[in-house]
Amino acid sequence: MSEAVGTARVKRGMAEMLKGGVIMDVVNAEQAKIAQDAGACAVMALERVPADIRAQGGVARMSDPDMIDKIKAAVTIPVMAKARIGHFVEARILEALGVDYIDESEVLTPADFENHIDKWDYKVPFVCGATNLGEALRRINEGAAMIRSKGEAGTGDVSNAMMHMRKIGGEIRRLSSMREDELYVAAKELQAPYALVKEVAETGKLPVVLFTAGGIATPADAALMMQMGADGVFIGSGIFKSGDPAARALACVKATTFFDDAKVVADASRGLGEAMVGINVADLPAPHRLAERGW
Amino acid sequence: MKIGVLALQGDFREHLLAAKQAGHAGLTVRRSEELAEVDALILPGGESTTIAQLARTFDLFIDIKKRIADGMPVYGSCAGMILLADRIVDGANGQETFGGLDMTVRRNAFGRQVDSFESDLNFDGAQMHAVFIRAPWVEELSDSVQVLSDVMAADGKRHPVAVRQGALFATSFHPELTTDLRVHRYFFDQVCAGAIK
Repeated sequence: MSEAVGTARVKRGMAEMLKGGVIMDVVNAEQAKIAQDAGACAVMALERVPADIRAQGGVARMSDPDMIDKIKAAVTIPVMAKARIGHFVEARILEALGVDYIDESEVLTPADFENHIDKWDYKVPFVCGATNLGEALRRINEGAAMIRSKGEAGTGDVSNAMMHMRKIGGEIRRLSSMREDELYVAAKELQAPYALVKEVAETGKLPVVLFTAGGIATPADAALMMQMGADGVFIGSGIFKSGDPAARALACVKATTFFDDAKVVADASRGLGEAMVGINVADLPAPHRLAERGW
Repeated sequence: MKIGVLALQGDFREHLLAAKQAGHAGLTVRRSEELAEVDALILPGGESTTIAQLARTFDLFIDIKKRIADGMPVYGSCAGMILLADRIVDGANGQETFGGLDMTVRRNAFGRQVDSFESDLNFDGAQMHAVFIRAPWVEELSDSVQVLSDVMAADGKRHPVAVRQGALFATSFHPELTTDLRVHRYFFDQVCAGAIK
């Protein structure tokens, strides 16, 4: 073989380069520059952050290509963008625009209530959300090159992200402790392909990078998720819905790198001004919970 | 040898693993005290702007420059190559590097992620398989920089993707993403062995 683009190794490898970093939601070029200057390892270009999607309601779709182009032109770090679950034409458009990663995201209104996108068929890599191990492995089976645990986006409430990281981690640990002849039933229960279940049981981790997303609003939240075993964090509304986005962005970057050093996280937590106003997930009526989208 | 891996952001765990597999102690470096402990340093793949920002914020930037000036062997892969270049093009506004290699590196030279690729190449006389992710290339270099590998790009020209100048060594590609240890061994056996007293 001489040269190949869009291979699994190249797609998964891209996510390896993001590890230990913070990926920030931005809605314009100016925010993208603030994020890059603060040390974001990538930005997610979208028209409305999850908190606004929640507040304004309506159908949430892929962003305007002009807006994505402006953000791409403004920064040198990777630019990601979201497509609706199952909307393979939005994904083709984002690929044609040359975004570096596509998030097939429950934060947008789903386009298909049964199928996700067949992600093997693209040169551009995909990240998908998961609330448990079975969901993560189904997405990987469809070609996702990176997984992010889902939280409840746009709330500033980290409890759902915590629940899903514990769930994914717990299910991986359970597989690792099983006899080999028990993995067939485990695959059935997880509703995931046996080959991937066996691989996870043997290696004790997902075959792709695992980030956390949804409800992360403070440096302490970011460090918490890193201590729970995340390879890195997505911060959506938490930065640009806060009082001092540049300071909070840098503070979250610091806390993600030094997640195991309470003194650094404490220093990073000082003088940040107002955090985003939160919504308790428990107060959200079930139809408004985004994490439950995805199948 | 104590091999430090700059662990501010990026795929530092894979480099640590490669150091250990090659029989060396691999240590993470996030603080000046940790830098002082190591004989050599690896700058991993990741985002060069993020790594430089964190190095500045945690007072490592000047210390790393100083160790480079004092002759510490350093290997940089991808983002690490950018950080070792004296000059960069297509970088972020005002982007700083540690420097040391007398060359100009073009960031994301091969294109965006959709253009990332795997390819066979010749490295210092050996055939190997290499993974390039949003990779830079060496645009221009001084006579004192030795080219160890180059590849043909879409512009129809060959561009250097592995270079060495004294104790400093850099690749555009990511040997840490493969199980092939030859590039790491080259750093430990050829670059470090001569430079560490």
